[in-house]
Amino acid sequence: MANPPTPEPTRRDFLYIATGAAATLGVGFAAWPFIDSMNPSSAVLAMASIEVDLSAIQPGQQVIFKWRGHPLFVRRRTPKEIAAARAVSPSDLPDGLARNANLTESAPATDANRTIKPEWLVVVGVCTHLGCTPAVSTRESPQGAYGGWLCHCHGSDFDASGRIRKGPAPQNLAVPPYAFIGPTKIKIG
Amino acid sequence: MAGHSNYVPKTGLARWLDQRLPVIRLMNDHFVTFPTPKNLNFWYTFGAILAVMLVVQVVTGIVLAMHYVPTADLAFGSVEQHIMREVNYGWLIRSLHASGASMLFLAVYIHMGRGLYYGSYKAPREILWILGVFIYLLLMATAFFGYTLQWGQMSYWAATVITSLFSAFDQIIPHFGTALSTWVRGDYAVGDATVNRFFALHYLLPFVIAGVVGLHIWALHVTGNGNPLGIEVKGPQDTIPFHPWYTVKDAFYLTLFLIVFLAIVFYAPNFFGNPDNYIPANPLVTPSEIRPEWYLLPFYAMLRAVPNTLLGVLVLFSALLTPLFIPWLDTSKVRSYRFRPVMKQLFWVFVATCILLGYVGAQTTDAAWHLGEVDIPLVWLARLATLYYFAFFWALMPWIGKKEVTRPVPESIAQSVLKKGAVLTKGGEQ
Repeated sequence: MANPPTPEPTRRDFLYIATGAAATLGVGFAAWPFIDSMNPSSAVLAMASIEVDLSAIQPGQQVIFKWRGHPLFVRRRTPKEIAAARAVSPSDLPDGLARNANLTESAPATDANRTIKPEWLVVVGVCTHLGCTPAVSTRESPQGAYGGWLCHCHGSDFDASGRIRKGPAPQNLAVPPYAFIGPTKIKIG
Repeated sequence: MAGHSNYVPKTGLARWLDQRLPVIRLMNDHFVTFPTPKNLNFWYTFGAILAVMLVVQVVTGIVLAMHYVPTADLAFGSVEQHIMREVNYGWLIRSLHASGASMLFLAVYIHMGRGLYYGSYKAPREILWILGVFIYLLLMATAFFGYTLQWGQMSYWAATVITSLFSAFDQIIPHFGTALSTWVRGDYAVGDATVNRFFALHYLLPFVIAGVVGLHIWALHVTGNGNPLGIEVKGPQDTIPFHPWYTVKDAFYLTLFLIVFLAIVFYAPNFFGNPDNYIPANPLVTPSEIRPEWYLLPFYAMLRAVPNTLLGVLVLFSALLTPLFIPWLDTSKVRSYRFRPVMKQLFWVFVATCILLGYVGAQTTDAAWHLGEVDIPLVWLARLATLYYFAFFWALMPWIGKKEVTRPVPESIAQSVLKKGAVLTKGGEQ
């Protein structure tokens, strides 16, 4: 059977298309509650900010807190570590951005941009590669070549500023949104 | 091969049922009189073995679900204390389920290797093959969810690494990847919400798999079985009924398979396991070595072989999806690699490559082989192996298929079977 010449659009064509569009839109709206139900619940969000007292942390020591289910590294850096971290130019780094939630996204990864007070480095202890917890480097048990952290899962090596120096991690360890609410007290999140 | 039915109801009741819902006819046509090539060998018994293993997993899984608690606080204890020590025969059912998953994957890999070697993916069996690949992908997802449910350290960090794969998309659309991974987890980190939804999905997917298996068998029974010669059935002289010939053959090898399976369940229940998974999940401490279950190791090695996260993830997903395209990548006119001298060699190199990738995946990231003065970093072996994995399908398969001089293919199955018999009576193996 030969194809008949394309007929003029009729009222019925319009109704088909309008019905189809309305149905698609309706399915989309109906699907959203199910999709969004899988996002973090209000109970999870309620735990999203914590306050931390830093006074007991000694120079050179790292303490791990739990924030949003993730480890949070709070490291009291020694003057030597700060000096070493400051000696690096951001342009020589694999990731040149500060990744600091307290600054703009384009802030360069200088050591000054990674902290609020140079002595205190606060970073999320989640390797930006695939989410493992990097092991901290201390005088007693050095990890990696840059004196910061080494991720044992896939070998990402971070410096004492939490910046990626070598290995598969694409970004520096994230600096969470936080603020000093006392001389040695911070609020995260 | 969907010939006309030769089922004749023998009783009045059977005739009455047959006119209303012909289920007995269906079973008879597909599992009793179904004409099957005469020459199927040992490697063709794994389809039936897989069907049985899927049933084993579903039955043990339903019982386990009655005793398991999917929360971050209780999951580990509900497995290691409650199921393993308190529930009657819980230790047995749990071991059957845990080792059963590994045995199922062992059978899957043999089944897929057989399909590859005998060219079972070639026309007209493309859909049959693709459905098989879907089953394989679904099995991997199901196994991953199930492994997470034990909530040991390996479970927890496997879940963390896999859900973090999504965050790699941050490199394409900023923040999208992280949002996606948070959505998958239901939390900023793997936790309560994650284990609960993984449990729901782990219970759901096997039934989806069973559905796709149904389609897989349907497609198989439309085209009929392939066979080691890779030639089509030409007439009744090439086939025998499925029952009793192949029911007995399948049952025999199934029994052998079950002996190995049960020997592991009873005498080495931790054979496939990882000792670190006996440590309860701890979100603050990553084990020094994390590795997936053995059946995912080759893909894990590929992921680690690529220095860039996003590229690594893309390589991983490409490797998983590549088998879908094989029916069109193979350009050869001959199906079975038995008659393809070059492809046969490349196939065994491919098998060795997969084993090598699995081996590297189980080693530390900075591991190396020491050959005298020289250190060969394993990551470079993994890179070469990954390259071969893709080259095998995307370059060698289309190219060799056109260039290769194949050996003569027999006229028919019947002729080949008879000739082989004749040679054997003269006292020689072909």
